[in-house]
Amino acid sequence: MIGGHDLGGKHGLGPINPEPESEEPLFHAEWERRVFALTLATGMLGQWNIDESRHARERQHPVDYLKQSYYENWLVGLEKLLDEKHLLERAAQQQENLRVPDAEGAEKILASGGPTLMPDTAPARFAIGDRVTVPKRQGSGHTRVPAYVQGALGEVVDHYGTHVFADANARGDRRGEHLYSVRFDGESLWGNESQGQSVSIDLWEPYLEAAAI
Amino acid sequence: MPHDHDHTEPPSDLELRVKALESLLLEKGLVNPDALNTIIETYEHKVGPRNGAHVVAKAWSDPDFKQALLTDPTSAVADLGYMGRQGEHLTVVENTPSVHNLVVCTLCSCYPWTMLGLPPVWYKSAPYRARAVSEPRSVLAEFGTELPESTDIQVWDSTSEMRYLVLPMQPAGTEDWNEAQLQALVSRNSMIGVELAKPASAAAQRDDES
Repeated sequence: MIGGHDLGGKHGLGPINPEPESEEPLFHAEWERRVFALTLATGMLGQWNIDESRHARERQHPVDYLKQSYYENWLVGLEKLLDEKHLLERAAQQQENLRVPDAEGAEKILASGGPTLMPDTAPARFAIGDRVTVPKRQGSGHTRVPAYVQGALGEVVDHYGTHVFADANARGDRRGEHLYSVRFDGESLWGNESQGQSVSIDLWEPYLEAAAI
Repeated sequence: MPHDHDHTEPPSDLELRVKALESLLLEKGLVNPDALNTIIETYEHKVGPRNGAHVVAKAWSDPDFKQALLTDPTSAVADLGYMGRQGEHLTVVENTPSVHNLVVCTLCSCYPWTMLGLPPVWYKSAPYRARAVSEPRSVLAEFGTELPESTDIQVWDSTSEMRYLVLPMQPAGTEDWNEAQLQALVSRNSMIGVELAKPASAAAQRDDES
């Protein structure tokens, strides 16, 4: 979906105004600290994955997404997932054995993370050096193909193997697709606004088509 | 700024909403209070940019480690004990006189937690996410970073679970410095790519002040 979260190349958002690195606190209010911890802790219940979590934050009116602060969007996402998965009602019924990690369990989960590399199930369609295009309008569900790259021509510069495909994973379908690093020339993305950069983006195979040479 | 608010004011709607949610989750037994403390403790005290600075300083002072870091970054940093959430698949991109790397996540806030901890507010902000890909030189200028026109800028948009760490250029005049001395020159921002590593004189100045 090309929602409020899909920000690459948007005009009019103003200066960045970074806080000096040495003076910036990790959290700017106690409620931010609580939202962060609650989001990670409830994620550890295994009732949703990281792509469902991202999609829950994205599925908002773009005006709300942009007006709210970062952790406010996390809070909206968490409330939505709890509601959609009926987690509070299910917990009240006490019919399922939900495994709630304690401190030690949480520490282990943070230390092991969630690797996304999977065994190859199909040969890779593209090789390093191939020229590829990104078709426009790839669907209204969760996707990791930014709007600014849709329609552009790029070159495969790396192949990372088969990784859990975000678009399917956000629908609860954990399957792998080949993942590539694709490099785009600044001018092909931004025309005469380009500052001479190139931009490399991680793109899964279903996002790509072989370029007609 | 929200953290400067007067504590005699009544709590905001947001504070109340979060408190209510936390109470409900605790009451239903869906979260463990000790686990919440551990999560906060981990990112406030254990996992942060010191990890990345250690890795960079080691790469500057140990050519074999640098080679391993560029070849198989995830394993190279795991050998130092750095692994886990948001660092499962690491790529290290090296700055040189001809190429400068800059990392962003235009779609959310993907960031190499195992190396740098949680991202700063500006990294997650709409202006940075919008402009890092389209006008990186202007973005760098806002951080006070000017690069020669002959230096190419390579932007990495973190759209998958690959996480990118910038290996900054080693500051001139530090060739014989040890790892601990070098580490003091590696800012968090230099490992995102919005700044360069601090010059050798920064360490001298700090010594003068102490």
